[in-house]
Amino acid sequence: MARTIPLRVLEGHARAYRHTWRGTTTSAVVTPVLFLAAMGLGLGTLVDAGSASDELGGGGYLTWLAPGLLAASTMQNAAGDGTFPVAAGMRWMKTYQAALNTPVRPRDLLVGHLLWALLRATLVGAVFVVVAAAFGAMPLHRGLLALLPAVLLGVGVCAATSAFTAASDSDQALSGVFRFVIVPLFLFSGAFFPVDQLPAAVQPVVVAIPVWHGVELSRALASGTSPALPWAVHVGVLLALLVAGTAVAVAVFERRLRR
Amino acid sequence: MTAPSSTPAAGAPSPDATGPLVVARGLVKRFGDFTAVDGIDVEVARGEAFGFLGPNGAGKSSTMRMIGAVSPVTAGHLRVLGLDPATQGPQLRARLGVVPQEDTLDQELTVAENLAIYGRYFDLPRPVVRERIAELLDFVQLLERRDSKVDPLSGGMKRRLVIARALINDPELLLLDEPTTGLDPQARHVLWDRLYRLKQRGVTLLLTTHYMDEAEQLCDRLVVMDKGRIVAEGSPRELIAAHATREVVELRFPPDAQEAAVPTLAQLADRLEELPDRVLVYTDDGDAAAHEVHARGLTPTSVVTRRSTLEDVFLRLTGRQLVD
Ligand SMILES: Nc1ncnc2c1ncn2[C@@H]1O[C@H](COP(=O)(O)OP(=O)(O)O)[C@@H](O)[C@H]1O
Ligand SMILES: [Mg+2]
Repeated sequence: MARTIPLRVLEGHARAYRHTWRGTTTSAVVTPVLFLAAMGLGLGTLVDAGSASDELGGGGYLTWLAPGLLAASTMQNAAGDGTFPVAAGMRWMKTYQAALNTPVRPRDLLVGHLLWALLRATLVGAVFVVVAAAFGAMPLHRGLLALLPAVLLGVGVCAATSAFTAASDSDQALSGVFRFVIVPLFLFSGAFFPVDQLPAAVQPVVVAIPVWHGVELSRALASGTSPALPWAVHVGVLLALLVAGTAVAVAVFERRLRR
Repeated sequence: MTAPSSTPAAGAPSPDATGPLVVARGLVKRFGDFTAVDGIDVEVARGEAFGFLGPNGAGKSSTMRMIGAVSPVTAGHLRVLGLDPATQGPQLRARLGVVPQEDTLDQELTVAENLAIYGRYFDLPRPVVRERIAELLDFVQLLERRDSKVDPLSGGMKRRLVIARALINDPELLLLDEPTTGLDPQARHVLWDRLYRLKQRGVTLLLTTHYMDEAEQLCDRLVVMDKGRIVAEGSPRELIAAHATREVVELRFPPDAQEAAVPTLAQLADRLEELPDRVLVYTDDGDAAAHEVHARGLTPTSVVTRRSTLEDVFLRLTGRQLVD
């Protein structure tokens, strides 16, 4: 029985989703599509008319942007999944407390939540890929491959942000995280322009953060090229984020919810 | 294993059907260096309605959460349904129903959805969950609100929904932490009626309250808790007989007159309690005492004679009022 409990938690999320999907999923899908249209099509004509073509792999800005945007917006949505729903469960509605009066354990809540984040990232990302393919930004089959590292990144980010949300006592820190961490990562992790355009001092920082690795992998898979570093390094960084994020989140959930 | 050899296999009913459902010995809960529960001994028999009566901060919720296997025991011995909460939490919780002090409902979901999600946490098959939802909503008189969202429900309705939720796994033991706090009198009576029915069906009830009338209505036996300790134990009648007189006369005086009246009153009473706004005269014959008050020339602004309650027991034992 114990092994299926995280699936029951996942099922609970799916049930709740019937009420919330309009708001959350619409913005999760529409926002990156708007970025793709404005940047890829609008700004892209300027970029393609300039001298950046080689820098961007020679395929045009839209093609270069789309897979990076896939990874970056999956990261951003996953950060959303790891903040407000967790704060609601821990503090606003205390539904986690209710669940813990059943056979559910704190770690089941976390694992079920991550499974849900995985499912949602896959769903939302797939819609983006289909739209991007329709724009001619990537072949559909390559786009679906590019979805894999994006989702891996997303689940890792959801674990890390869930740990942060569960550990914090108030909600003030949450909007701060978005403004000062998630939005900068979204903009500066190589989705919109190559990282080597950043000041030299900042580049090692960006490279040390998992988001860039997800962007690199998605772009390589979408365009059929090789990423900046060996595949294993990029994949290793994303796996490390997932494993470490999950371990820390489980520990925080246990500490916060069992006292 | 420190568990007795009678510890049943996971999920199996307690082998000793007549043994106590809850056994606590020297149970302690500490938060940091603050002791919330300070070595209590409790035994709850099957079919009994057992209460923890005490003011805010007495340690009632901390005790309930340990018994409910959601809060680790700091020290002492605890067995619930013959299981050890520390090592058999999930199996134990599968057989408990819990009404927490806060409703902890998902406000964005409907009444039925709250029950469905909770029922599935017990791994109950979907058709069983559906069936129980219909039965339970009927039982708590919320059938017509089945598809409304939780948010706009009244406090009493939410509380009834939480009780329905706690019953979804057909529990052997129901833990209720302040089931009626914050409800208006009518809503409380509806709730008491439902709990009384559960008791008649043989469900063992364990509840906390800081209302003496609630304890008197619902509990066969109770403990009075204060500052983490048990200060008295017995049936409501026993406690009143042991710690209060049969009747109480409550006297109110004009401002400043109370103090002057006290020496005279002390001569009429078995015992006297001075509160900021009134004096309680404990006596076995309230009418006689009230008569004597006037005969001795005292002029209280109001005189009320009533039967003693657990409130008086609490005042006697702790020198403080239960609810201010
Ligand atoms: N998680 C906690 N951390 C620290 N102190 C707590 C915690 N929970 C309860 N307490 C303290 O323990 C004492 C008993 O609380 P509680 O068991 O909730 O009492 P009651 O339910 O009788 O009002 C209170 O002083 C309360 O502040
Ligand atoms: Mg309490």
